[in-house]
Amino acid sequence: MTEWYGMVPEFGQLALIFALLVSVLQVVIPLLGVRNSQDWLMAYARPLASAQAVFLLISLAILTYCFVVDDFSVAYVAKNSNTALPTPFKVSAVWGAHEGSLLLWVTLLGCWGLAVSLFSRSLPLDMVARVLSIMGMVSVGFILFTLETSNPFERSLPSVPSEGADLNPLLQDFGLIVHPPTLYMGYVGLSVAFAFALAALMGGRLDAAWARWSRPWTTAAWIFLTVGIALGSWWAYYELGWGGWWFWDPVENASLMPWLVATALLHSLAVTEKRGLFKSWTVLLAIFAFSLSLLGTFLVRSGVLTSVHAFASDPERGIFILALLGICVGGSLLLYALKAPTVASVGRYEWVSRESFMLLNNLLLVVAAFAILLGTLYPLVIDFFGMGKISVGASWFNTMFVPLSVLLALIIGPGALSRWKADELKRIGGQTVAAAIISLLLAFAVPLLHGGDMNWQVFLGIAVALWLITVTLTDVWKKCRGQLSRIPSLGLSFQGMVLAHIGVAITIIGVAMVANYSEEKAARMAPGDIETLGAYQFEFVQAGHIEGPNFVSDAARFRVTKDGKEISLLTPEKRRYNARGQIMTEAAIDVSLFRDVYISMGEPLDNGAWGMRLQVKPFMRWVWLGAIFMSLGGALAMADKRYRRRKTLQEANA
Amino acid sequence: MHPKRKKRLILILFLVAGVGTAVGLMMYSLSQNINLFMTPTQMANGEVPVGRTVRAGGLVVAGSVERSDQGLGATFRVTDGAAEVTISYDGILPDLFREGQGIVALGQMSADGVFIASEVLAKHDENYMPPEVKDALEKAHTEGKQALESARY
Repeated sequence: MTEWYGMVPEFGQLALIFALLVSVLQVVIPLLGVRNSQDWLMAYARPLASAQAVFLLISLAILTYCFVVDDFSVAYVAKNSNTALPTPFKVSAVWGAHEGSLLLWVTLLGCWGLAVSLFSRSLPLDMVARVLSIMGMVSVGFILFTLETSNPFERSLPSVPSEGADLNPLLQDFGLIVHPPTLYMGYVGLSVAFAFALAALMGGRLDAAWARWSRPWTTAAWIFLTVGIALGSWWAYYELGWGGWWFWDPVENASLMPWLVATALLHSLAVTEKRGLFKSWTVLLAIFAFSLSLLGTFLVRSGVLTSVHAFASDPERGIFILALLGICVGGSLLLYALKAPTVASVGRYEWVSRESFMLLNNLLLVVAAFAILLGTLYPLVIDFFGMGKISVGASWFNTMFVPLSVLLALIIGPGALSRWKADELKRIGGQTVAAAIISLLLAFAVPLLHGGDMNWQVFLGIAVALWLITVTLTDVWKKCRGQLSRIPSLGLSFQGMVLAHIGVAITIIGVAMVANYSEEKAARMAPGDIETLGAYQFEFVQAGHIEGPNFVSDAARFRVTKDGKEISLLTPEKRRYNARGQIMTEAAIDVSLFRDVYISMGEPLDNGAWGMRLQVKPFMRWVWLGAIFMSLGGALAMADKRYRRRKTLQEANA
Repeated sequence: MHPKRKKRLILILFLVAGVGTAVGLMMYSLSQNINLFMTPTQMANGEVPVGRTVRAGGLVVAGSVERSDQGLGATFRVTDGAAEVTISYDGILPDLFREGQGIVALGQMSADGVFIASEVLAKHDENYMPPEVKDALEKAHTEGKQALESARY
């Protein structure tokens, strides 16, 4: 190939190598500057971080280009794309397998670095230098990993396949276009909190200012993580074809653990900012949160665990990531051990105070994360010692997680309305007694009205969720002294908190209802058959055939009626993707706020009959609606003007 | 003792006791909640107690899948190359279920030697071989290795 455009993939690789070189400089130069107090060296941190991001973006853009133009001489493209694949899926196929998702991972890391260099005007230069240098270290490790073990630009020359093997059909879906980048943004975003914590530790300035700088970044990463997890759950629900939305699968656990610790970190940072307490604990949480997101990457990418997410994978890569994880955790804990004893938290607080509630919150979140870690890694440990292949059932995770969540939900409300330093149980009790009565009464009513008899699980779930909502609203009512027009003046931070806490309650209601009142039936159905499930009738009207761009499918037309009235026409499909011959179930779902009707086709049986999976899932949407509330709350809190105040002051001085 | 130190000490003791109890309880309930993986050889040798929930897996034997005329029931045999065991499942089999494919099922052994599955696991990727199944095939030595080779893509 002599034309320059035949070389495009090599430019991509070259850009990646440049990014590696730049990130090495980004580690070394700013740190040298800090060491020798040379401002001009430290000032290199920002341009170097930007340059790294630019090179990574070029690299990612070139890989995307290779996918869009079907350059099957690139082995990764040939393995994961196909000429018949619709263009949006060609783009999302970039992160459809290991090599590309790793490139996306490092690119997003570069983008966070770019964001820090753009939005850190109010930060002292040495802090910026340290933060970006630490982020550079993470970049070096992962770009090296990409180039060394998983180069997406590797060619399959000279025998170029004329057609690609196609993207795994499960991944040909809108959910996959958005889920991995969002989740990765969250994972990688925690590196910023991590870098801030280590930088502050190195510089010996673990103070309120550090906490204030770190908070919006942590919140941003947390928002992405929240949305990413919710998207993943939503995607699994409609795409895997059997209506489950959380499986306690190792890979899901891998995303939930950093989320729990990041949630703890958000609250701990609040205490550090407002009261100058919990400093070393906050640093430790930042280290844990990022380490857990690296662990998540390791679990997903090494294939050491049996998981619905497990793709055929390469154990050597696992070892490389494990080494990176070891260096990162070991190094940061060593730094912590050396520096943390010099950190003193000033200020005191009584047993009954907001600080205590926050401590309890942190304890519950960290214990929950630890329990999940234990359950996730236990099979690995057992296997490692040759004691057999085991798996930990979902029931164990539920037994651990549900009580902790209930306790957490109970303290969120009182915690938020308690006072810093010292408060009285009597005062808190007095403010919340009405809320307690209302939520208990309603919680009794809900299972009786909805299910007809008493269900204590539903009662408990609804009771704690309503308690959370009513106490939170009581707090709002008191703070605005009974005049709703005062709500805007309460501050974005407070409003964000209220929204996020109500989001938690919404998710709890959704989980309690859908876990207890879902109805499901697997039935053998031929055209003309009618099945009844709860209040709904499912009529298999006719069978049909659909031709898609890269698949053909058998489809079933269903008429769903309730009390003789038609609710909707649903068309579930059974697709066969041409390139791989892979069979996929496309569920058909009628969505509403209070229930989902879910139909998916099973296997073809004889005489035109099919195995059909029919489901009615009450309050399904609430599970994800809560996550939307939480992330909106996070966004409001981030927008609070106190995070920008220093900047405006400086501008005023200038 | 300085009141501040005393408070801190109480807090630490409280934490240690709490964490200790929690870990103990977790480990205990974990040991009660694990599902062992059993190979077809182990099952054929009667190593699986009747009524205990375990996971079983192997390659689906070609030509062994039988569906009932009524309802959704299906039976099939899985092998690790050395022994075979019959699995019965009343439900919708996953999309990637096919003859020659490595599968993992969750269920219980019945008294008549049939494994009654409550769940047959689906995987994302048709090239994916569950690690347990791979392990089982390798354990069953030569025949298993041949089966593994021929099952490879």
